[in-house]
Amino acid sequence: MPPRTGWWYVFGSATFIAFVLQVVTGIALATAYVPSSGQAYDSLRFISEQALLGRFLRGMHYFGASAMVLLIGIHVSRTYWMAAYKFPRELSWLSGAVLLLLTLALAFTGQLLRWDQNAVWSVIVGAAQAGRMPVVGGELARFLLAGDTIGGATLSRFFAFHVFFIPALVFGLVGLHLMLVLRHGISERPRDGQPVDPATYRERYQAMLKREGVPFWPDAAWRDVVFGAATVATVVLLAIVVGPPALGSPPDPSILEAYPRPDWYLLWYFAVLAMAPEHLESIIIILGPLLFGAFLLLVPVFNRGDRSVRRRPWAPLVVVFIWTTIAAFWYAGERAEWSPDFSAKPLPVSALGNATPEDAEGARLFHSKGCEFCHAIEGYGGKRGPDLTVVGGRMTHDQIVARITNGSANMPAYTRMLRPDEVQTLSEFLARRR
Amino acid sequence: MDPAPPDSPPPPPLTPERRRFLSRLSIGLSAAIAAVMGVPVVGFLLSPLTRRTPRVWRPVGRVDGFTVGETVSVVFEDASPLPWAGVTARTAAWVRRDDETHFTAFSVHCTHLGCPVRWVPDAGLFLCPCHGGVYYADGTVSAGPPPRALPQYPVRVHDGQVEIQTSPIPIA
Repeated sequence: MPPRTGWWYVFGSATFIAFVLQVVTGIALATAYVPSSGQAYDSLRFISEQALLGRFLRGMHYFGASAMVLLIGIHVSRTYWMAAYKFPRELSWLSGAVLLLLTLALAFTGQLLRWDQNAVWSVIVGAAQAGRMPVVGGELARFLLAGDTIGGATLSRFFAFHVFFIPALVFGLVGLHLMLVLRHGISERPRDGQPVDPATYRERYQAMLKREGVPFWPDAAWRDVVFGAATVATVVLLAIVVGPPALGSPPDPSILEAYPRPDWYLLWYFAVLAMAPEHLESIIIILGPLLFGAFLLLVPVFNRGDRSVRRRPWAPLVVVFIWTTIAAFWYAGERAEWSPDFSAKPLPVSALGNATPEDAEGARLFHSKGCEFCHAIEGYGGKRGPDLTVVGGRMTHDQIVARITNGSANMPAYTRMLRPDEVQTLSEFLARRR
Repeated sequence: MDPAPPDSPPPPPLTPERRRFLSRLSIGLSAAIAAVMGVPVVGFLLSPLTRRTPRVWRPVGRVDGFTVGETVSVVFEDASPLPWAGVTARTAAWVRRDDETHFTAFSVHCTHLGCPVRWVPDAGLFLCPCHGGVYYADGTVSAGPPPRALPQYPVRVHDGQVEIQTSPIPIA
């Protein structure tokens, strides 16, 4: 193989090791998991709380999934950064791109197999997104739910996809991916002034191997083994110290105290949907994945020319842009400030300083009428709307009355829900916040 | 069938016509095998698309159990739950008694992305925890990303019972 590949080349093998870890731990978990809508939750409780090493195996499977998503993301980024998709490795890129999408599909379906309240509502959210697709949306949603509603057939379907259909495709594509690596060799580190020309590349690559190539074993393989071992050790450590994600409430769709959120690897997409302008949302839901897929498919069309990032300055920019965007949306998803804070504690009078009885009544209305779900005063309340700690300094009493009664794009018009005296009490209370 | 002895002369080469026929035969039979295995599998997977769940009336409580003007959540069973569905066969709706004889039943699914909306009685609003959708008491959108009002279930009073007609999860 080419010399001087270094540590940047270990992520593909580490992804494969993470996949093997998922297969092994997944098979073990499947010996006790009952893929039935009515019993899966209880079987998971048994695995987590009673089965020998069950909690540890669940933890390994969860953090193994996290590692696989992270590592394949880094591997794809490294491949794009170094333009290793160029001739003759276009098919390697395409098979890897499909593996990336399948890994995300495994991650999503795996989260659903946790089959607690969060999973059930996540299925509905997933079906609702599929339902935005023109023409076939409704049918696609029914296909995902395996019917009109969540029910007995829903979980079995996701279980079959998670443990049979998708892994079978992954096995096949990993085989193809590795066969292509053997056929075309591992791409060399890009060098300035050595553009890829399909007419001469193979000859030049073979000459380079004869001149300065090194055996894969153990000259380069040791790094793969060391990094792979570090990956497994990290997964094991996290499984022991942190443990698997806790099971939520039972998968009863009639329990409405639910707040469905995806696992961390799709949290950024959850944030995108929350923050997207409403008129663009359906377009993002439908076109976003299609454009991403088209980007992955079209990358190897540019299969010749320079590989060095000095001649391809956009490549690192694209990689950094994608990772930064995902990280930023992930951070926003983690905070989820757009969600009403149903757990907001009533604003205590003591937080208001020299509070009058009118202030106490205003604070009571501020909480009971739901204002506090979205607005905070002195740190008490949600963050969906503006902080109102000093709202009296930036709005007049009349403006506050108008806003309460008429609402705005993101605020209900309270004229239907508040009596005139309540509007007066609340608006005067807010006008005194300065 | 006995194999040919090792010292027997090699068989004559196949004619081009026979090779073409055997190629087509092999490809055709392979495709037939794939179809025999694949078509039922695909049909089975797609069967939910052709199976329409019947709509049935489910009792959700006696009429006198509801107070005029109050909105409460009720629980009922899906139209045709599979025996192993367990608690997933249950579903809910928000029911309001409008007057002595009339009731309104709202879906619990936010029209944005299907999350469960909650009724906040003091505020007189339905709120969605996922992306902050807000609906007025009549189900119309008051704020946030929901594209349309909360769907309503058919509801009736029958033999002193309030009954809701089961419906699919409102998607798209």
